Amino acid sequence: MSDQTTCGVPAGEEMLRVKDLETQFRVDEGVVRAVNGVSYSLREREIIGIVGESGCGKSVSQLSIMQLLQRPGKIVGGEVWFEGQNLLEYGPKSAEMRAIRGGKISMIFQEPMTSLNPVLTIGRQLTESLELHLGMNKKEARARATQLLDLVGIPSPASRLDDYPHQFSGGMRQRVMIAIGVACQPKMVIADEPTTALDCTTQAQLLELMLSTIDACKGSLVLVTHNLGVVARYSQRIYIMYAGKIVEQGLCRDIFYRPRHPYTVGLLKSVPRLDEVRGHRLVPIVGTPPNLIDLPPTCAFYPRCSERTERCLTEPWPDLTAADGEGHLVRCYNPAERTGE
Amino acid sequence: MTSLPNVAQAPAATGSDETILEVQDLKMYFPITRGLLKRRVGDIKAVDGVSFKLRKGETLGLVGESGCGKTTVGRCLCRLYKPTAGQIWFNGKEISSLPEKEFRPLRSDISIIFQDPYGSLDPRQTAGSIVGEPLRIHKLVKSKAEYNERLESLFAKVGLASNLMPRYPHEFSGGQRQRIGIARALAGDPSLIICDEPVSALDVSIQAQIINLLMDLREGQSELTYIFIAHDLSVVKHISDRIAVMYLGRILEITTPEELYANPIHPYTRALLSAVCVPDPDIEASRARIVLEGEVPSPVNPPAGCSFHTRCPDAMPACRTTVPTLKQVGNDHEVACLAVTPGGG
Repeated sequence: MSDQTTCGVPAGEEMLRVKDLETQFRVDEGVVRAVNGVSYSLREREIIGIVGESGCGKSVSQLSIMQLLQRPGKIVGGEVWFEGQNLLEYGPKSAEMRAIRGGKISMIFQEPMTSLNPVLTIGRQLTESLELHLGMNKKEARARATQLLDLVGIPSPASRLDDYPHQFSGGMRQRVMIAIGVACQPKMVIADEPTTALDCTTQAQLLELMLSTIDACKGSLVLVTHNLGVVARYSQRIYIMYAGKIVEQGLCRDIFYRPRHPYTVGLLKSVPRLDEVRGHRLVPIVGTPPNLIDLPPTCAFYPRCSERTERCLTEPWPDLTAADGEGHLVRCYNPAERTGE
Repeated sequence: MTSLPNVAQAPAATGSDETILEVQDLKMYFPITRGLLKRRVGDIKAVDGVSFKLRKGETLGLVGESGCGKTTVGRCLCRLYKPTAGQIWFNGKEISSLPEKEFRPLRSDISIIFQDPYGSLDPRQTAGSIVGEPLRIHKLVKSKAEYNERLESLFAKVGLASNLMPRYPHEFSGGQRQRIGIARALAGDPSLIICDEPVSALDVSIQAQIINLLMDLREGQSELTYIFIAHDLSVVKHISDRIAVMYLGRILEITTPEELYANPIHPYTRALLSAVCVPDPDIEASRARIVLEGEVPSPVNPPAGCSFHTRCPDAMPACRTTVPTLKQVGNDHEVACLAVTPGGG
């Protein structure tokens, strides 16, 4: 059943449902509503993309569901349903959460330099979760760790287990991160800008590797990125985030061919494309992303929006409402006209 | 204007035929030293024999992965580094061996925009003072009034309000800081600007603003020549008239963006192109992806022969011993690969 990764085809049963998640950071200057009522879902063996620019809350939303937030970050509302349990009922340090983190849901971070522990060997960092979640003994765990390093394409894996992170190159470290991420055959992997720090050809290598390893353990993937090309290639459904809210969601093809939110439309027009013809001019989105401290309840995209009207300033940010495609929702009073392909 | 048979050539971007810059066999080795006496134990061959020509008004894109030497080439050109070997001819003058004193007047003619808009601006100077520094150092203005006038026109050129001059860098966003960096680069009225990854630290929606600004500046001043260094092939293709693909300190392929996209010849160029994702699901579904094996070898100990042979899917025995040189394969298209038979021209 490995043919379920084509764009647009819904995968299996729903396994994760996040409802109205709210995460805030209380700082001296005020309250940063980093995640401001975010809802999304993930099905079995599905790949979804969460897209947005820096500071839009895409990473914080993922750290929130894993309960890995650092102070002063705090989840102030919402539900995270995973396998019939609301994960937010458990504390971040509870045994239940520990069993889920790394065991059933794992996370691959952006910076392999900082997210690996510099004073532990690669082997120890791999065997840790194997011993903890799968109850393996030292010897079994070591054998499995060797297998995993081999799987992610690290040459002479057995001898490299005793090396420290600094002895690996950037690409190799990210391979190790992928190995740790899939070590316990998780149901779900969250990849937060997994390849942004890497070079083009290494990026391609690692994305393909990540997908094939996740596919092999029948997992689902949440791809958090700012790269529209990567989500166009891999994801089935896409959520577009801006200033802590999802502003548009839908099937991959709907988002790329029938975008409705002015922000999505703007993003697509502002990136140079490899296949464009010479003389094509980019249409940038004017202005800069908003400061998230004490945002007004009206649409945060208003100052940069090309479609804004009086109403956007007087009424609160609208709810997500149905656009045309299947599950295609948009949060805007003046969505773009429906366009054909 | 005479009609050109080559339709791919855009009218606005061709520039004149006058060569502004010629680089010949440029090499930049960084010594690796060890011990108390700084004994030299090896070299990092960051740039290992790069040659190219640049016409006035043209934009040359230098593209490649980290460690390929693209930034080092840029820095050698504005003499932030003194090259180990090779020659750089700028407007008919060999500049790599000029004594500092004689080079100094040329400094305002070659400027550079840096990647990091946070690290490249002095935090203790105001925006106005940063932009005006080249004017003061090179004594390009005669009076205080002229200085202020030039500053205002520079701020206007890059789209910054002149009332922002007394502010300090930390008060600006990333995109605005990059505008300050661009204004500073323009201050000396240069004919060559080296843009070293000018947009890669910026958000997607801000990137387009800066790319458009750089293109508008070029439109307004036909003599302005850019060397645009970046790892993002889509961005380089968008802005460049010609693109040089670099790998381990050498140029492997150099041609126009259209030719590069439609007819890439070097196996590395092909892999690099296929690795870039296009934000269009249907096109993505139809594109084949060439996934390279392994990683870029270390420039301390680069492979003999063709530096790409360790990862090349088409490598032949000869590739291990012979270093390929750039050969003409078509109109404005050169490739350094042994498997390619030269032709065209």
